[in-house]
This record gives sequence, structure tokens and C-alpha cells, in this order.
Amino acid sequence: MITKRIIPCLDVKNGRVVKGTNFEGLKDVSSPIELAKYYSANGADELVFYDITASAEGREIFTDILVETAANVFIPLTVGGGIDSVDDFDRVLKCGADKVSVNSGAIRNPGLIEEAAKLYGDQCVVLSVDVKRVDGQFRVFAKGGREDTGMEAIEWIKRCVGNGAGEVVVNSIDTDGVKKGFDLEMLQAVCDAVSVPVIASGGAGCIEDFITLFKALPKVDAGLAASIFHFGEVAITDLKKEMKKNNIPSRI
Amino acid sequence: MIAIINYGVGNLFSLKSSFAAIGQEAVVTSDKEVIEKAERILLPGVGAFEDAAKKIKESGMADVVKEQAAKGKPLMGICLGMQLLFEKSYEYGEHEGLGLLKGQICPLAEDIRKDLKVPHMGWNGLDFKGEKHPLFQYIQEGDCVYFVHSCYAKNCEDSTIATVEYDVDVTAAVAKENVMGCQFHPEKSGETGLAILKSFCEMTGKEGVPC
Repeated sequence: MITKRIIPCLDVKNGRVVKGTNFEGLKDVSSPIELAKYYSANGADELVFYDITASAEGREIFTDILVETAANVFIPLTVGGGIDSVDDFDRVLKCGADKVSVNSGAIRNPGLIEEAAKLYGDQCVVLSVDVKRVDGQFRVFAKGGREDTGMEAIEWIKRCVGNGAGEVVVNSIDTDGVKKGFDLEMLQAVCDAVSVPVIASGGAGCIEDFITLFKALPKVDAGLAASIFHFGEVAITDLKKEMKKNNIPSRI
Repeated sequence: MIAIINYGVGNLFSLKSSFAAIGQEAVVTSDKEVIEKAERILLPGVGAFEDAAKKIKESGMADVVKEQAAKGKPLMGICLGMQLLFEKSYEYGEHEGLGLLKGQICPLAEDIRKDLKVPHMGWNGLDFKGEKHPLFQYIQEGDCVYFVHSCYAKNCEDSTIATVEYDVDVTAAVAKENVMGCQFHPEKSGETGLAILKSFCEMTGKEGVPC
């Protein structure tokens, strides 16, 4: 039986891992390579690296970090942040990424997902979407959650999956950083709309939040979080033990 | 030395790194002489069967691989590389493989419950078939490995050494003498994957054939 995946997400800026609350007030945490090795050795099923660097110089540091991570860590690695073209796909795939996550890039260039899926396969293309409730509607936000695009989120996700996105990361801006649990209502709506794997993101504060997620929504494939893992509030090995106890299929 | 066959399919960086991590020298190559000198051969592959089958034949690598396998050299196919070892694939049509193993590659979606997702992507636990194969000497039944695929090998009971459950028994690993294959990605399967690659590196060829 396929297991539910637990995925730590590392936001990388100028070669360091940072994580903010509600996308603001970034804090320096640690070295991405060391963190990746630690997570791989301690039960993470997959890793996500988000490059939040703006400068070309920072981007070069990021590619070096990717190469070194891929040479030392042998679990799947998804890379996102600043992916605007198939050249960006090519750049990170060559550095050892297994999957590439697109967010604002897909909003700016609606043909990107289709083009990338044709070249690298659906399984390689991950749609990442930041969603917030506005006037009773799920709305897609761009630019790290700062800009309301006016697009309805479920329709957007369906369209991207139709174009070849093989997996969807749903990040609820409403629950992100609040640590009171995943956005079950929003995730349910996405699970009902698409048949590709759905990864829940935003809101996990403790082990119980993951158990609630997988029990309430059996169609969710993975849970993603950042700071609670980075700051040691939740140890993935403890989380996995609790999943086993609750009959949620898990590796280790 | 391990020759990782380069026929223009997929990224071989992780695979090469995984051998480095277990202290083994691996070269990515399409040079016949290098492949002949290698102790073991690894056949990678991602993407569509038709395209990969065409590329491996056109690059001349199909003949080299078949020749070396016939000589008894340990050969392991990974993911699409494993599928290529079989007779035929029915992924988008009907395509000839290398025919080193008996069986066909068929779309998973036709055989599994409609509510299950395809590709079969993620970590799944191995069920060993028959006597525990030497490839698994350092791992336990139930250990999880990482899969990403939409088609699987069927009618290959004679070579199946492990399956995983995804509504049906999905062929996970095969071996017939010196010809082996993993549907999963050992280079992405953490310590379990590295342990399988280590076992492969300790395998000798067919009886009486030095390698």
C-alpha cells in the first residue's frame, strides 16, 4: 500500500534556510544541505526547496546548493521558486531536482505547464498554489501570497491539472503560520476536483494536525510543513510512529 | 566499475551520486569499449517507452547491452530501464523491447480500481516472492522504496522477485540469472535503495563467467 508522505519544505535565500509566518518576518534557520541530510536520515519522504532569492548571484548559490544536496541526499527532491520557463526547469533538473514546482510562473505564462509536461512528463510538474478566501471564494494569490489574482482557485487548479500538472501543493494562506491545523475545507474542495496527488500545506502546528488531516481526508497524499520541523516542534520520526498507531500507512 | 548506459534519456546525476555514496565508481557512458570493460551495467530510463526503445536501438546501445548480458555480466534496469528488458510494451500502442526477460509492459490504469491515482507515485513496501533474492540481502520484507510509473510488467512470474500492493500486485523487482531490474528508483529510496545498489555491486555474473 502506498504510504502518506511527510515533506519538510526549505525556503532558501542567499544559501540559507528561512521561514516566515504568514510569509512575512523571515528568520534565518540553518544550512539547507545539512538540514536536507538530517531530514533524509530522520524519516522525511521527500524534500521541497523553494528558492526565494531575487538576485542572479543568489540564484547561482542556490544551484550550487542543489547539486551538493542531490549528491548527498537520496530521496525525491522538488525544487520551486522563480520557475518562469522551461529553461528554468532544465536548470534545476540538471542540478539533480526530480520534480519542479511552478506557482507565479504558471500565472504569468499559462502555457508553461503544458510545455514542461510535454518535455519532462506530468510526474515532473508540480503546481503550487497559494489560496486565500476572499468574499466567500477561494482565490489564487501570486507573488508569495501578496497579490490577489482575482482567479477562482478550484477552476485554476483543474485547468493546470488538465494541462499536465502531475501533483498539486495547496497552500492555504488563511491557515499558514497559525499552527491550528490544515485547511480541511479548502483541501476537500481540491481533492473533489482533481485526481492527481494533493499535498496539504499551511497550518500544521503539532502531530495531531497531520493525523486529523489524513483521517478526515483520505485522498490527501502528503503533508508539507516547514518551521515546526526546522525548530524541532515536531520530530518526523515521532509523527511517523503516531501515524502507524492510527493505521495511517507510513514509511518507517 | 559500473557503466551507466547513456542513450539520451533522463538525468543520471542522482544515480551516479548514489554509487559514489556507497563507495563505487560509476561512469555515465555510451562508449562500447568502456561498457565492455565494466564489471556491471546499469540501464536507466525515464519517460515514454516508445521514445526510449527507439533511442536505445538507434544509439547502438541495445546491441551492446544484449551482447554483454549474454556474456553473463550483471545488468540492472531501473524504472523504464527495467521495462525495456521485457519483450513488449503496450504503453500508447505496441512496442518491442530488448526481449531479455519474458513478459509485457501494460498500463496500470486498466487493471486497478478507478479511484486509485496513476502514476503510482510514492513509497510502497516490498513483498518478496519466492526465496529472498541476494539483491535484498541487506533489507527486510516490507521496507519501502520510491515509485513513479504508469505502466508495469505482467506475465513475468518466472523472474519476479518482489511486488508491491496497489490494488493489484505490481511487479517491483525482477531477476533472471544476471539480468535484473527494479521498477522503483533505488537512487531515490533512501538507505533501502542504497542497500539494494550495494548488493548489486557485490553480484557476480553467471556461473563460471568472470566479471
